[in-house]
Amino acid sequence: MSAIIQTRNFNLFYGTFHALKDVNIDIPKNMITSMIGPSGCGKSTLLRAYNRMNDLLEDVSVNGEVIVDGKNVNDPGMDLVELRKKVGMVFQRPNPFPLSVAENVLFSVKIHRSAAPKEYGDIIEKSLKAVDLWDGLKDKLNTSALNLSLEQQQRLCIARLLPVKPDILLMDEPCSALDPIATGHIEELMHHLKANYTIVIVTHNMQQAARVSDYTAYLYLGNLIEYDLTKKIFTVPKDRRTEDYLSGKFG
Amino acid sequence: MIKNPYFRERIAFTLLFIATAIVVLPVICILFFIVKEGWHAISWEFLSQMPRKGMREGGIFPAIVGTLYLVFGTLVFALPLGILSAIYLSEYAKDNFLTRMVKLAIINLAGVPSVVYGLFGLGIFVVFLKFGSSLLAGSMTLAIMVLPIIITTTREALDSVPQSFRQVSYSLGVSKWDTIRHVVLPHALPGILTGMILAVSRAAGETAPILFTVAAFYLPRLPKSIFDQAMALPYHLYVISTQVPNIKLEVRYGTALVLLMIVLSLNLIAIIVRAHFRKKRKW
Ligand SMILES: Nc1ncnc2c1ncn2[C@@H]1O[C@H](COP(=O)(O)OP(=O)(O)O)[C@@H](O)[C@H]1O
Ligand SMILES: [Mg+2]
Repeated sequence: MSAIIQTRNFNLFYGTFHALKDVNIDIPKNMITSMIGPSGCGKSTLLRAYNRMNDLLEDVSVNGEVIVDGKNVNDPGMDLVELRKKVGMVFQRPNPFPLSVAENVLFSVKIHRSAAPKEYGDIIEKSLKAVDLWDGLKDKLNTSALNLSLEQQQRLCIARLLPVKPDILLMDEPCSALDPIATGHIEELMHHLKANYTIVIVTHNMQQAARVSDYTAYLYLGNLIEYDLTKKIFTVPKDRRTEDYLSGKFG
Repeated sequence: MIKNPYFRERIAFTLLFIATAIVVLPVICILFFIVKEGWHAISWEFLSQMPRKGMREGGIFPAIVGTLYLVFGTLVFALPLGILSAIYLSEYAKDNFLTRMVKLAIINLAGVPSVVYGLFGLGIFVVFLKFGSSLLAGSMTLAIMVLPIIITTTREALDSVPQSFRQVSYSLGVSKWDTIRHVVLPHALPGILTGMILAVSRAAGETAPILFTVAAFYLPRLPKSIFDQAMALPYHLYVISTQVPNIKLEVRYGTALVLLMIVLSLNLIAIIVRAHFRKKRKW
């Protein structure tokens, strides 16, 4: 497998609190990798290390390496704008801007001036089609995104990422605000997106990890306990702690 | 003791209602009184003519124009300066001792009596910078007076923009400055306009800061440049109310009414603009 993200002896501290401890993990290209573990074990923190969103928090320090597409993202010379264009993020709560559907999709295009206005229609159509929103919304492009259902909002948030042309999509519990049916739809969407994107999804829902992902990483108290093919993790886990967690003994 | 919760609810409601009524009533009375006493004086001549015969006849045109110039001049200096420094303080400044002192100082500046600003303007702009008593000196003095208002309201507006909007924007590869320009400022705009409304009212209505820095006692012509003195409504009102004998009462109330109308209509414009932006972006 070819790894698009390599994490080498990575440590992260919030002040003096050691949140990630010597994490080593290779994320394979065009696969879905899920991170599971009890709440507070560092899943979101690790995800944010990949597009350096932890920088927005105060008093965070790191050591070790996170290599995305061959570049160490913690290098002082790293261009954060370029990194975040390459590594897109979907948040836990659907968070469209309080603008129209079209404006949400075009948000980055207009700021980055990455397309001419005459291409806007195409971009909107392509992005919304990729997340299966086009048929439902093609006549409602000018309604406020806040009028959409939560599922549609989360889809729109994914569509908003696509014009930036990311290679990697980080999803931090993207379904936790959604009902089971909507969750199923988003999982289906992830399967479609896999052809063109590498997806890393954080979830506290083990079944979801089992359903959607090719690889699964189990984190516990900032340590990467086990990382393997999802099939193996869920059938023959090597570590006792993984087994305990999966069998519901704690977490 | 009274046990019935419905009865206590009624008492609470009545008390709250009375308190509100006591607050609103004087405002209505003042408005009513000024309109009643002043509207006879309002005429096209009153609004469009120069004052004559030591202000006992003619109109108040130069004072109206002077006040509009001063409000405009104040905003020219105070808006950019206030908004930019609010952006710096809210979005860029590290939260350290110095920043906290600066923020505290700005809040306290809002409580400084306006006559102190007047004396400051006299010392700095009129005398030291040799602007003389002029629209420039007056506008700058008023601008300094309203800066704390603009900075405080702008900061509140910036702080009320949800953090998640900034996060999303950064996560889409948008730089900090572009995030401020395209995400934060548009959402903060209604709040910033509120600050502007307060600033306009304050700048148009104060007498003390313009007393030594721009206001002319009697100048029956329009200012020709920013280095000219000008008449202004609040000072004119003060003059005809206390300094010039035998001025008809209705002229004084008429002048007050015009001042009131100018402030209200400037506010109305800002409120309409604000409502327009609120409608466009809602969360
Ligand atoms: N901004 C922060 N400051 C300090 N500690 C934090 C911060 N964010 C998270 N933590 C701590 O780091 C640990 C991992 O958090 P997180 O990555 O959010 O866990 P998870 O996503 O697995 O629930 C937790 O113990 C949490 O309390
Ligand atoms: Mg989390």
